[in-house]
Amino acid sequence: MAGRSASMHELSITQSLVDAVLERTGERTVTGVNLRIGPLSGVLPDAMRFCFDIVSADTPLAGAQLKIDEPRGLARCRNCRTEFELNDPILLCPCGSADVEVLSGRELMVMSVEVA
Amino acid sequence: MRHEHPHEHPHDHDHEHEHHPVTITLEQNLLAKNDLLAARNRGWLAGRGIQALNVMSSPGAGKTTLLVRTLTDLGAKLQAGVIEGDQETSLDADRIRAVGRPVIQINTGAGCHLDADMLQRGLDALDPQPGSTVFVENVGNLVCPALFDLGENAKVVIISVTEGDDKPQKYPHMFMAADLVIVNKSDLLPYVDFDVDDCLRQIRQINPRTDFLVLSATTGDGLAAWYDWLDGSTSRSDSLTESLSDAH
Repeated sequence: MAGRSASMHELSITQSLVDAVLERTGERTVTGVNLRIGPLSGVLPDAMRFCFDIVSADTPLAGAQLKIDEPRGLARCRNCRTEFELNDPILLCPCGSADVEVLSGRELMVMSVEVA
Repeated sequence: MRHEHPHEHPHDHDHEHEHHPVTITLEQNLLAKNDLLAARNRGWLAGRGIQALNVMSSPGAGKTTLLVRTLTDLGAKLQAGVIEGDQETSLDADRIRAVGRPVIQINTGAGCHLDADMLQRGLDALDPQPGSTVFVENVGNLVCPALFDLGENAKVVIISVTEGDDKPQKYPHMFMAADLVIVNKSDLLPYVDFDVDDCLRQIRQINPRTDFLVLSATTGDGLAAWYDWLDGSTSRSDSLTESLSDAH
C-alpha cells in the first residue's frame, strides 16, 4: 500500500497509457494491454495496476487484462567491462567504479494491445 | 478473456467465426506525449533565447525563499519571471509578486508534478521577454517531478540540511536528473546532523556530472556562487536543432 500512495505520478502515466491506446483503437473493446516496465524507470508496476482500474473505468479499456513484463536492470562497467545486474538507480559496479553504462531497465513502454 | 495467449496472427481469415482477439503493436514510450511537448517547449525557449530552470525539492526546502532572495538581490540585472506549481493556493505566487516580478500560478490539484503541457500553458500566460530567465517552481516533492521533462534548460534540485543527508539515496531518480544540487539552510549546519561531504558522495554515486552548491538563502551565505551559476547557465541550453530532432 505504501508504494501506491507515495507515487502518484503513476496516475498521470496511466492516463497517458489509456490516451495512447485509445488513439490507436478508438471505440474498439480492448481486452489486453502489454506493458514493459523496467526497475529503473521510476514507475512501480503494482501502482500502475492500481491506477489502471481507476483510469480505464468507463473507457473501452475497462476490464482489460494488464500484463506487465518486468525486464531485469543490466549495466556494464566502463572500467572493468563486467556486466552486472542493476535493480536500483545507484550506478555502482561491484569493482567500485561508478562509471557505468545502463544496458536495460529504464523501459517504460506500452508494447501492444489486444482488441476484441 | 477467452484468449489469454499472446496472439501473433491478427488476420486469421480461416477462423473468422471464432473472433480471435487482434494484437496491435504500439511499442511506444508512455512518456512519449509529454516528451514531445517538452521538445516543443525546448524549441520555443531556444528560439527566444529564454532559459527556463526547473526548481525542485521537498516541501519546505526553501525554493520560494531562494527565488525571492535571488530576484531581490539581482534586481534589474536579471530579467526574470516565475511559474509557480502547487497543488493548492497561490501563497508562493503572492510572495514572488511582492518582489514585483511577473508570476503565473498553476494549481495541479491532485497532481504531484508539473508536466510539459502545464509548462506550455504557463509560458503562454507569462509571455516572457526574449533573452529572459523563467524559474519554474515545481510542486514540492522529490519523487514525481523527476520523471517529467518540461523542456527546461536545467533541473535544479534543492535539499535543506534539516531534511537529513540521506535524501540522495532515498530519492535517486531526482538526483540522477539534476544539473545542479543546492544544499540550502547551511546556517543551520551547526545544529543538525547533516554531513555535507557524505551527501555529495552519495550524489556522485548517482550522478557524477551534476554541479553542487552549499548556501543559505536566509543569511545570503554562498549565494554568490549560485548567482555565478545562473550567469553561466545560459550556455547549458540544448541547441535548437537537437530539440527539433528529438521531436521525431
